Parts: sequence; C-alpha cells; structure tokens
Amino acid sequence: MKTFTRREFLKTSLAGAGLTLAAVVTPDGIRILSAAEAEKEMAFQPNIYLRIAPDDTITMIVNKSEMGQGVYTSLPMIIADELEADWKKVKIVPAPAAAEYKDAAFGMQATGGSTSVRHMHDTLRKAGAAAREMLVLAGSEAMKVPMRECAAVNGTIKHMTTGKGLSYGKLVFEASRLPVPKEPVLKKDAQLKYIGKVMPRLDVPDKSMGRANFGIDSFVPNMLYATVARSPQFGAAPATFDKAAAEQVKGVKAVVKIPRGIAVCAESIDAAWKGKEALKATWQNAAMSDLSSETVEQDLMIRMKETGLTAKSEGDVKAGLAKAAKKVEAFYLLPYLSHATMEPMNCTAAVAPERCDVWAPTQNQGGVQATAVKITGLKPEQVFVHTTYLGGGFGRRFETDFVEEAVSISKAAGRPVKLIWTREEDIQNDVYRPGNYTRIEAGLDDKGRLAAWSHKIVCSSIFARVFPSMMKNGIDNAAVEGVTELEYEVPNMLAEYVRVDLPVPVGFWRSVGASHNGFVIESFVDELAAAAGKDPLEFRLAHLSKHPRAKRVLETAAAKVGWGKKPSKGQAMGIAYHLSFGSYVAHVAEVSVDKTTGKITVHKVTCAVDCGSVINPDTVRAQMESGIIMGLSAALKEKMEFANGGVKSENFGDYELLRMSEAPEIDVHITTSKDPLGGVGEPGVPPTAPAVANAVFKATGARLRSLPMTPKAVLAAMKA
Amino acid sequence: MISLDINGKAYQVDVGPEVPLLWVIREHLKLTGTKFGCGIGACGSCTVHIDGKAARSCQTPVGSASGKKITTIEGLAERGHPVIRAWIKEQVPQCGYCQSGQIMQAAALLAEDPNPSDAKIVSAMDGNLCRCGTYPRIKLAVKTAAKEGGKRP
Repeated sequence: MKTFTRREFLKTSLAGAGLTLAAVVTPDGIRILSAAEAEKEMAFQPNIYLRIAPDDTITMIVNKSEMGQGVYTSLPMIIADELEADWKKVKIVPAPAAAEYKDAAFGMQATGGSTSVRHMHDTLRKAGAAAREMLVLAGSEAMKVPMRECAAVNGTIKHMTTGKGLSYGKLVFEASRLPVPKEPVLKKDAQLKYIGKVMPRLDVPDKSMGRANFGIDSFVPNMLYATVARSPQFGAAPATFDKAAAEQVKGVKAVVKIPRGIAVCAESIDAAWKGKEALKATWQNAAMSDLSSETVEQDLMIRMKETGLTAKSEGDVKAGLAKAAKKVEAFYLLPYLSHATMEPMNCTAAVAPERCDVWAPTQNQGGVQATAVKITGLKPEQVFVHTTYLGGGFGRRFETDFVEEAVSISKAAGRPVKLIWTREEDIQNDVYRPGNYTRIEAGLDDKGRLAAWSHKIVCSSIFARVFPSMMKNGIDNAAVEGVTELEYEVPNMLAEYVRVDLPVPVGFWRSVGASHNGFVIESFVDELAAAAGKDPLEFRLAHLSKHPRAKRVLETAAAKVGWGKKPSKGQAMGIAYHLSFGSYVAHVAEVSVDKTTGKITVHKVTCAVDCGSVINPDTVRAQMESGIIMGLSAALKEKMEFANGGVKSENFGDYELLRMSEAPEIDVHITTSKDPLGGVGEPGVPPTAPAVANAVFKATGARLRSLPMTPKAVLAAMKA
Repeated sequence: MISLDINGKAYQVDVGPEVPLLWVIREHLKLTGTKFGCGIGACGSCTVHIDGKAARSCQTPVGSASGKKITTIEGLAERGHPVIRAWIKEQVPQCGYCQSGQIMQAAALLAEDPNPSDAKIVSAMDGNLCRCGTYPRIKLAVKTAAKEGGKRP
C-alpha cells in the first residue's frame, strides 16, 4: 500500500480536489482542523487524517499497525459511522512515521498494549461528526433548502422532504470552504450503524487471495538480499571469520561487519546463506558461556531467598498470616517464551546520501525512524517509514533490532537490501517473555475467607531496557501487573518484586506480565478454594463483592457452560478470570486427561468478555479465539530451551506451537457494558492456562504449578 | 535455465536446480502470496499444488518441479476458488500470513475428498500452523467450501 506524507495528503485538498480534515488531541480537548488550518498548524500536529474525494471515496490515514487484530477495519468503522459514510467507499492508507502521527496517549507512534481503539476512539468520532456537519451545510446550500430538512444518509446529503440528494463527492469542494465546527454533535447510540455491528474486515479479501503485502514481500530496484551471522551465545563478539571465502560464493556481493554481527549480501537469499556458511565465523567473550535451561531456573530460584522491593502493601500481612486458621503456600515456575510470529523478522532498507527508506512490518514506526536517524545521521524528515502488513506482532515487532540490522547493512553495502531472518534466527534472537518464579503464601480465616496474601515474584525487567523512565522505585510494573491490581478482597496483602538480570533478553509478549501473573493468581485462588472446601466459582464470587464486572464474566461463562452440572464422561471443568488491558475475561475449560500417558485434551473453552462498549463484535470474538489458542499453546507446549550460553531451541520442530488437532471448540460470549472501552488483543490470553490447569486439578487431583503442562509434567504431578 | 509451469503460465528461471521452489516463486517470479515460515516443512506457509497435490515448496528443489503443473494462491484467486470465498465468508484471516498455505492445503483436500469428515479435515490441516489461532474458523470455512463444492470452477 502506498503511504502518503502529510503534505501530499493535504495538497490534493488544498487544490480543491476533496474535503480533508485533520484531528488532533490538544490539552484543551480534541480539535478538528481543515486542510488549510492543518497546513499552517504545526503546533498541534494533527494525528488523524480523513479525506473525501470527488469520486466519493473516503480515505483515512491509519497511524496504527495491522497485525491481525483488525485495526484497519475497526478504526475506519468509527470514523465512517459518525460520517454516515457508505462503507463500500471507505479505504485506509497506513501512516508514514512522523511526529504528527504519534498516539497522543502514548507519546509515540506505536501499536501495543491493546490500546488502538481505546486511544483513537474519541478523536475519530469527533472528526467524522465534524465532516458530516460540514457536508450537511454544504448540501443544504447547494440544494438551496433549509439545513434542518437535510440529513446525511449513507454517503449522501438528502433533502428529506423531497428525497433528492447529492453524494458527498459532489459536495467536497463547497464543504472544504466551510469553517470546521468546534463542537460537532456526536450520534446517539441508537443512531450508530457500524459501531457495535458485525462488519466484514477490509483486509480479509486480500489476505485470502495472497494479495496482502507483508514486509517480506517488499521489493526495491537494485536491492540485494542480506543475512547476518550472529553469535550463538548471548553477548559474544566475532573472533574470526573468513570474509574472502564468503565473497567467493557465487552471487555474493558484499560482506560487511555491523554491530550485531557479520552481514552477507547477495543477489539471492540462497546465495547469501551459502556465503554466511562460508564465513565459518567464530565467537568470543560470551556473557555466560555455561548458561542453560537449568542455570536460568536455578538463578530464578536462588533469588527467591531475597527480600524483594515492595510493589504493594496493605494491612499487615505478617500478622494476617500469623492469625490465619489455615495457610497455603505454593511456588510457580514459568518458562521463557518466543513470539514465533509466522512471518519471520525482516526489513527492507535503502540508505542514500539524502534519504533513507525503510519498509518494515513494524509496531513501532517512531522507533524505526529513530533507529534509522541514529545509524544514518539523516534528519527524521529524511527517513521514510513504509509500514506493511505484519505477519503477526504480539509485541515482537515493537522491537527495532531487525531494522537496525537492515539499515546498517544498506549503509555499509551502499545498496538497498532486503534482510530476511530464517526461522532459526527468529527463535534464537527473540526478546523473550521472561521466565519467572513466584511464591505465594496466603491465609484463610475460620470461615474460609482470605485473610492474608503474601506474593513474591522473581523476574527480569522489560521496562528497564525498553522504557527505563517508567521504572518506579526499581519496580517494573509489567512484572507485577495483575498482582498489584488483585481484585480478590484480602485485608492484608504484600507484593514483592525481585529483579533478576540475566543475559537472556526479554520483551513484550502478548499480554506481558498478565501472561504469567494471570496463571499464578488464578491457579492459586483455585488452590485456596480447595483448601477452604469451597467450589472454585463460589469462592471467587465471594471475594469479588466490589467488582461487579469480574463477577459478571465469571457468572456468564459459568452459566453458558452449565457450571456444576455433571460433566461429559471423563471430563472436568476449570474456571479462571483475569482483568487486563481494561477488559475482563473469564474462561471455563473442559478437559480430559489420559492418566496413562499424561496427555491433556482441551475439548472446549467457553469465554465471557466484558470490554465495555464494542466496536466490531466479530473482531472481539476473533481476538478471544486467538488469545485462547495462543494461551493454550503456551499452556501445553511452549518453552524456550537454553544451552552452552545461548538458545538451544531452533525451529517449530523443537519449539512447538499448538496445531489444529489440539485446538478446542471455542464459544465466546460478549457481555457488553456501558463501561469504558477495554482492549481485546491481549486479554483473552491470561485466563486460558489457569482454566486448563484448574480443570486438570479437578480431573486428576494433581496441581500443575509450572508450564507447559506436558504429558511428562502431568504424570509427575499425578505421582507427587 | 529451468522451465516452470505456474498457474498455467510458462516461466524460464536461471537458478540452480537445488534452490527451493519457494524462493523461485517468491523472489524471482514475485508471486509473493506463497510465504516463507520455517524452511523445514513444519509450518505449511509455503504450501502450493504440484500436479494437484499439496506440497511444501520450501522442501521442493526447483529442478524437481520442472515439467509439472504448479499452482499457487494467485492461481486459485484468479479462478475465484470456492475455498477463497469460504475464507472471506467465515472471516478467517487475522494477520493473514499463513492463510495462503492454509487455503492451498484445504483446496487440495477438497479436490481429493469433496466432503471430508471433521477428523479428515483436522488430519489434512494439522501440518499448517497459525500463530493467530484461526483454527476454529479454518475448520468452519473448509466445511463451508465443501458445501459449495458443486460450484467449483
């Protein structure tokens, strides 16, 4: 897809060839600007652009990345609804990287944290409504009829008494000369036509016909293919490599050293790989040459002895535990995980003396631009970022390591390059969901109510590397998210964080801290229910009296599945809920366990989600399905293995993802509410693993406190 | 030079016979609907049809595909294949990267068995990974396509 610069977009409008509006979030609220105002208005830097062309097409520049979560549909739906647009005329173009496209709530141009709709909704509504009001006025003037007799209906300004009308395209010239209304009136809920309705995704036809362009599908004239030899050990540097041998490989055009390794550029990717092999590179000075899966786990466990930093303290946990009628203690160990996006990391870059172009499947346009600026020494406005479709993101594509490589290589080789990582490179050079170790000790009073909860997590910090300014008194909020916001009522609570720094790099993995803390909390609450002799659902509800949304998703999922009924033969149910990214999600998993082999079969997951008001119900459903499958993949199969100072896992043969034969039936129920919008990309993940573990406990009496729940782990837990 | 018949068109490519068909299709001929996922035949993103059968193009040396009829997602799209229509109807794709491979795998299954059982669908599709977890919708779409099988062009 072609990307427009702001000037190009405005230019057509200023020439009278369409109605363009820009929107900006200012300290005094959202402002909508005309093209002429936006052209002058540098102070506010509008971040939304909408153009209605004389041929009736409506184009919106989207400043968020499409990685499967449906933003290329949900965001235009919001603006098109207020605009009363004909959906068939709506198109989107991805925004280039530029200061004006920053997400005001983030302060950066990036996609993450399940925030796209939440952050953009109000501005989009107002921009659409402003354009609609301008078109109504232009229409009434053109038809010489009173404005109150006119209405915007599906892309046309209609004179309601006579039924005659003019399409938006015919009115753009007049409309573009009108002042932009300061406070346009938004539609009432009952007037909404797209928001809240199932709308087919705009990207689905192209994605079903092989026509969607991903990063790896970029081609630039005169480009070379690039690959990079990187150290197999964390932190090691090149010791020796045979540059001449690589250069002798047919098709190899350049061998260049870059900060992250040795790059080989060739006329084809297969020649580049042959060249890399010929390098026979050796490495030295590994950060920790004996690092392995075992040492990493030991490092986490050893640190548990330390007193952590206090992330939350309420009441007196020591006294609460001392007085408790019953105490329960448990340790949970969770592995490092790879993102394993289906599209391996890749980037195409063309560095020239006066400009740099980057084609990237990225969640972080601002970061891509900053990276290229740093390497090339060019000005930000000389760096052009072209966002392609993303073959999966899940947090991985917030990183800019692959961009850094491609830009460095293009600069050194003096040619445009397409860098393609192999799957092995992708798995071995990821930033992983941090492995972590948690101890919880809780006390119950004589009525079986929670009296005290002492929680300590040992975990690496993502924020310390990515957003150091967001570290609070040494605490990484991502590591303790979900714990510090624990909704279960407990009078005495302590949450501690022990930061462990290991050579294994860590990053944002779909649902981040909730991906592990959701499992730990919801498994442990199940343990407490068992200790109290209570039904797991009843125990939860009894401790959530101040959290009606939590109760409602739990009750809905339970009611839909018939919680408490006799399960199908050999099956058992487990329940879990978690609040993350502003949304409540509860799952009930129906599982069976083969007691001879230890194999878990998940038959069905019933989900209830409350994400406040809903934009596209089918997207909410799809994201829940997606979160459940990814959550199950992590619950049952995924674990990064380390050996000899580096990564041992290589490809899908030994880092296995969930397959269709292991995917359950999924039943999603959306419990819409008037509450603020919540995210949907991530919140489906956290309750998945604990719902399954709790069902396994019900089926076998064995408590799985570590993931993944492999057959071997299940058998071991059953013997314990 | 190696001669290839892809989607009914004849191509001549100047590559070694050992180069995987995947890279020839994608990077030499720019038929980019076919995707690279793992390079070891473990994910199915690169699935094409060779003489009507699903094949992993990353595991197929281009030399061995010469003289055979190769079909890619672009070929199915040109024909408005019912599997593609079903994919759109059931709104299967999320990120979409694996979907060309999924569709090629499903189309090959339906060509061989126009009315597959659930078990057969799962066993035919089990080699195709989807990280977005569209499996429930893929299953649904294969059944939808099967129902429309009679209308296959």
